[in-house]
Amino acid sequence: MKFIDEFRRSDLAQAVSARIQQRSKTPARLMEFCGSHTVAIFKHGIRQMLPPTIDMTSGPGCPVCVTANTDIDKSIALAKIPGVILATFGDMLKVPGSYSSLQEAKAEGADVRVVYSTLDALAIAKENPDRKVVFLGIGFETTTPTIAASVLQAEAEGIRNFSILSQNKVCPPTIRALLDLGEIRLQGLICPGHVSAVIGSHPWDFISREYGIPCVVSGFEPLDILQGIEMLVAQIESGQSKVEIAYRRGVRPEGNRKAIEVIEQVFQPCAASWRGIGIVPGSGLKLRPRYERFDADLAFDIQPGPTREHAGCLCGEILRGVKTPADCRLFGKACTPENPVGPCMVSHEGSCSAHYLYGEDHGE
Amino acid sequence: MMGNKILLSHGSGGKRSHDLISKMFRSAFDNPLLARMDDSAVLDLNGRVAFTTDSYVVTPIFFPGGDIGKLAVCGTVNDMAMMGAKPLYLSIAFVIEEGLLEDDLRMIVESVRQAALEANVQIVTGDTKVVGQGMADKLFLNTSGVGVIPEGIDISGSNARAGDKVILSGTIGDHAIAVLSRREGLSFSTDLKSDCAPLNHLVSQMLQASANIHSLRDPTRGGLATTLNEIAAQSQVGIRIEENQIPVRREVRAACEMLGFDPLYLANEGKLIAMVTPEDAQRVLAAMRAHELGKDAAIIGEVTDKKPGRVTMTTAIGSHRIVDMLVGDMLPRIC
Ligand code: SF4
Repeated sequence: MKFIDEFRRSDLAQAVSARIQQRSKTPARLMEFCGSHTVAIFKHGIRQMLPPTIDMTSGPGCPVCVTANTDIDKSIALAKIPGVILATFGDMLKVPGSYSSLQEAKAEGADVRVVYSTLDALAIAKENPDRKVVFLGIGFETTTPTIAASVLQAEAEGIRNFSILSQNKVCPPTIRALLDLGEIRLQGLICPGHVSAVIGSHPWDFISREYGIPCVVSGFEPLDILQGIEMLVAQIESGQSKVEIAYRRGVRPEGNRKAIEVIEQVFQPCAASWRGIGIVPGSGLKLRPRYERFDADLAFDIQPGPTREHAGCLCGEILRGVKTPADCRLFGKACTPENPVGPCMVSHEGSCSAHYLYGEDHGE
Repeated sequence: MMGNKILLSHGSGGKRSHDLISKMFRSAFDNPLLARMDDSAVLDLNGRVAFTTDSYVVTPIFFPGGDIGKLAVCGTVNDMAMMGAKPLYLSIAFVIEEGLLEDDLRMIVESVRQAALEANVQIVTGDTKVVGQGMADKLFLNTSGVGVIPEGIDISGSNARAGDKVILSGTIGDHAIAVLSRREGLSFSTDLKSDCAPLNHLVSQMLQASANIHSLRDPTRGGLATTLNEIAAQSQVGIRIEENQIPVRREVRAACEMLGFDPLYLANEGKLIAMVTPEDAQRVLAAMRAHELGKDAAIIGEVTDKKPGRVTMTTAIGSHRIVDMLVGDMLPRIC
């Protein structure tokens, strides 16, 4: 934490902002993939420090938001199976599926427990040997290593009543899918810092190589983000496209070998369904055959029933970057963080919630 | 060895109840008004009376820097102090879950006694109920308080005026993070203590320094952001604060980074904000800094006539944004 202050210095931030203002000539649309970036950008007022040439667009990178209704319905159906304890990170609780949410299932008697780490879920399994404890695996490459580690630990300790419902996702294939849709034209991409801390910066190479889009891996402090934008502007103005790292203290080009290994040991790629984007080959993770007995998908007969999308909610379009929360008729009216209609308002990292909570202030 | 536990019969109204009340409560809170043991305390009050009540359901009941008993006294004392009142008398009601250890109850009673002493208030009436296991979470407390408002004092959340300076009495978020650090399943180590404290003496020092304090409020649940929004709405003014001026302990900031929380929304139990005319702001600030509970006080912003009802912030990096109320629960229940 000793870094925080120097990455929030107003004089440095103003100087970077001034350089961006000066340098940026070409109108450019930049996307931050990651929800944590979206929140930081709003929270620190970064959009207001950029010249009119730069249009910031929020991408799909919030693990809660991108979870498709089919998968949420599945978690709810699983939680309702007698004898099951579903352990989940708290942010999944309120997300509405087709007909209800985990929170409602809990109120109706399902045993849903909020945990802060996968180790807590393992502890619950040990304390309840006569119950079946399922951990709801949600998240990107950042959280996957700990989930993989919990499977290894369960195996090592011979815990038999523990399994995971893997809805874990990996990011690079989805960026490709998004770009292939051709709906948005991007001149630059701020790549997720935490994900890159695990997988490195190389997995983004294809974006600059094949699509000609400059990429910068950025951290989450305001100066990290501003610096990332400055580096993107420099690439754009000099006609380059490469992958750069503005987050050297957190990310190495080759990533974290150990974390990658533990993911690869336990999981293998599979197709996954993303809200608003659909099924993306290779963007999901499922347990390898060797760890099949920890796979809740195989251990239970989960019957989620037919899915349904919420009428009027634009989360899908917002996640693809083609609409903004302001385009949604429900935004701030029928849909608020108190009473969210879609996951983009439920999740703290969702675009709708960031717009609602930190709305832009254009000065006085 | 297991200590004695509170049994349902302690709430029966019979011998055990009497024992509990006389051994545990009467002796601890002893004063002539309580000693009469009538059905109500008879109070002699003159002038305008401030009257308030609150219930306390914090988990865990013991936390670094305090416990539910201290919280119950301070919370109610502070609610009165925020009206400029001199708090005088409290009631306290205990809803005890069967099985609570007598020793735990005794410790809480002791800290109620201590806090009342510190705040210079008397506990003049009370109530005890024991409920079955699972019907309460260890211990719930309810306190009500009465105090008198001295002549000439008119402090209200609706009195803030454009030009007023916003003064915060110290670091924010200490209570929330201290309590959170003791939550099961969320153990991170910190030496942080709750700021839980009675603010009436600080307030009276401030009132001596200036007759131009317009609003006072303690930012408890919902934190600084929510409290400022309440005042902005009540007074129909805008409030502009400066992120860089808001005192936040390093430990609190670190915990916030880790857990994804915003200190602006964290609960406090021993802090206040004051809206003071610009001419008197420095004097009030100095009076606050002279008091132990206000030594980190800072002017964090000002009241404006622009955008009534809105709170905005100059961010640390020199940009700006809106600061809204807390919506939903950022944290599990902590106060
Ligand atoms: S405002 Fe609500 S309903 Fe509209 S897109 Fe966002 S989450 Fe969906």
